[in-house]
Amino acid sequence: MSFFFEVLIGGLLAGVMYSLVALGFVLIYKASGVFNFAQGAMVFFAALTFVGLQEKFALPFWAAFGLALAAMIVLGILTERIVLRPLVNQPQITLFMATIGLAFFIEGLAQLIWGTNVRRLDIGIKDEPIAAVLERFDIVISSFDLIAALAAGVLVTVLAVFFQVTRVGRALRAVADDHQAALAVGIPLKQIWAIVWSVAGFVALVAGLMWGARNGVQFALTFVALKALPVLILGGFESVLGAIVGGLIIGALEKLAEVYLGPHIGGGIEGWFAYVMALMFLLVRPEGLFGEKRIDRV
Amino acid sequence: MFYREAGQFKTTYAADQALLPIRQDRYAMLVILAIAFVGVPLFAGDYWLTAILIPFLVFALATLGLNILTGYAGQLSLGSAAFMAVGAVAAYNFQLRIPGMPILLSFVLGGVTAALVGMVFGLPSLRIKGFYLAVATLAAQFFIPWLVTKVGWFSNYSASGVISAQPIEILGVPFDTPLRKYMLVLAIVALLALLAKNMVRSAIGRAWMAVRDMDVAAEVIGIRILRTKLIAFAVSSFYCGVAGALYAFAYLGNVEPDGFNLDLSFRILFMVIVGGVGSILGSFLGAAFITLMPIFLEVVLAELNAVFNLNLDPGVTSMAQLLVFGGLIIFFLIVEPHGLARLWQITKEKLRLWPFPY
Repeated sequence: MSFFFEVLIGGLLAGVMYSLVALGFVLIYKASGVFNFAQGAMVFFAALTFVGLQEKFALPFWAAFGLALAAMIVLGILTERIVLRPLVNQPQITLFMATIGLAFFIEGLAQLIWGTNVRRLDIGIKDEPIAAVLERFDIVISSFDLIAALAAGVLVTVLAVFFQVTRVGRALRAVADDHQAALAVGIPLKQIWAIVWSVAGFVALVAGLMWGARNGVQFALTFVALKALPVLILGGFESVLGAIVGGLIIGALEKLAEVYLGPHIGGGIEGWFAYVMALMFLLVRPEGLFGEKRIDRV
Repeated sequence: MFYREAGQFKTTYAADQALLPIRQDRYAMLVILAIAFVGVPLFAGDYWLTAILIPFLVFALATLGLNILTGYAGQLSLGSAAFMAVGAVAAYNFQLRIPGMPILLSFVLGGVTAALVGMVFGLPSLRIKGFYLAVATLAAQFFIPWLVTKVGWFSNYSASGVISAQPIEILGVPFDTPLRKYMLVLAIVALLALLAKNMVRSAIGRAWMAVRDMDVAAEVIGIRILRTKLIAFAVSSFYCGVAGALYAFAYLGNVEPDGFNLDLSFRILFMVIVGGVGSILGSFLGAAFITLMPIFLEVVLAELNAVFNLNLDPGVTSMAQLLVFGGLIIFFLIVEPHGLARLWQITKEKLRLWPFPY
């Protein structure tokens, strides 16, 4: 039984890592209706910039973090300016395609600047079991996972407060509801989009640091985005809470399936299991757990 | 001056509904077909045939398939490569397991198998819409190559899951040279393209477009949504399946299931978008553009390298390619969101008034 709990908790904590990436998607989808496929590339770009800065100029953690954040903000503003602004009022699929192009562009750019080597990222958190829990309950929980979960928790709280309380946050929600109505009451749409993309860049940086510290900073980091997609459809594209809950569910079930189901059908199921599960789930509830229910009218 | 339909009177409904109602269009099409069937075989070298023309035709077919689903029926799919994999593996197995199986029939059956699998993955489309559906089709994209790799039977228990396509032979004629393979692929693609063109202007094509434009409204006027969507998935997957079979048999020869990855699906989606969503001609233009562009970029970068003596290492050039590719996609979407087919249409409109536009 303790093994079961170990797998479950490991899965839940891994799910938090998925949620971190999924959050970035949700932010942009909420505010601009764009399904931003480049989020994975942004995670990669952020992590690579951070490591590159640290390596090249031997910067301390916070300086590198600040500079990487600045780079992400510039990237966000440029994206709004160059890619999104000319595409206002285009169908969603066109915007989606543009973000795929953007993903290629960012991946190329990141590696052109910083090289293609796999980098080790050390943010000073040890990835080893917490002794107290191990003794007490006989369950292996990595302190790293726990801190990642904490970071996600803090991030979500900050974002929730930002969305609910601040002036900009309210404007963001207004824009998400209806672009034109928001424009009509005098909300500067362009600025809002630039802000959203910058915030998404910040989330990408946090996710990039966590994932990079775990797996090393390498091109495979861009595939993290693919892991976040089932989380999104499970939780619903429009919901921050959905991203978290979806991540937890996917993470836990994926780990459990890998351990208990995997050996029976040949292993290597983590690539598709989350998708098939999300698909099954969608058949019952097509708009995801916390997504907005759509009413179709002729 | 030359491109004008004045004076071409139609006296029958059949003439009015012809595929190419304007005489100049008919001649242009004949010229294109003559070039493809006669000109190319006379002049193209083996490099052109194997590295450019055959993949172009194969991708054009897959793009047609996705365009039917996404462009006409409005169901966004990111799993085209998976259906290509089904077609390739199924054709390989039909050829392997049934002695004396005609290869063309294997291709068709490969397509039919892909169509059946496509219908299964199309079932959720009744309830799931938009991006939710796109992500759901990713389930097919990840599940199918995994299944093919895991179950050894599909690849005849080859160690790495690679299938080695059998040599093509039709009525005792071996199709082993690049030229013969090209002719075979060209014939199949031309036939299926004609079929697609006619399908999208028939009752089912109109039903697809009605569902695409607004499915609730389509349902209200009496179109059976489930049937229409499933047919779209089936036809689309059939085209992708045949394309996959040709990809394996006529283009690569040896195919590993991992070759049919998400990147390939994206490439096909790019072809649809760049060419023009909801256009048969666009499928060909998009496939040509996306097939030629990496080759073009490679040549240009190599030239730059030689002229300016930059000493770029191959890693940098491949990164630069990624950069330019992504940039071009964005550029294209901004300049002409309706794709190359729309550009061609504008050219035609202009041509009708040339040289005296009002």
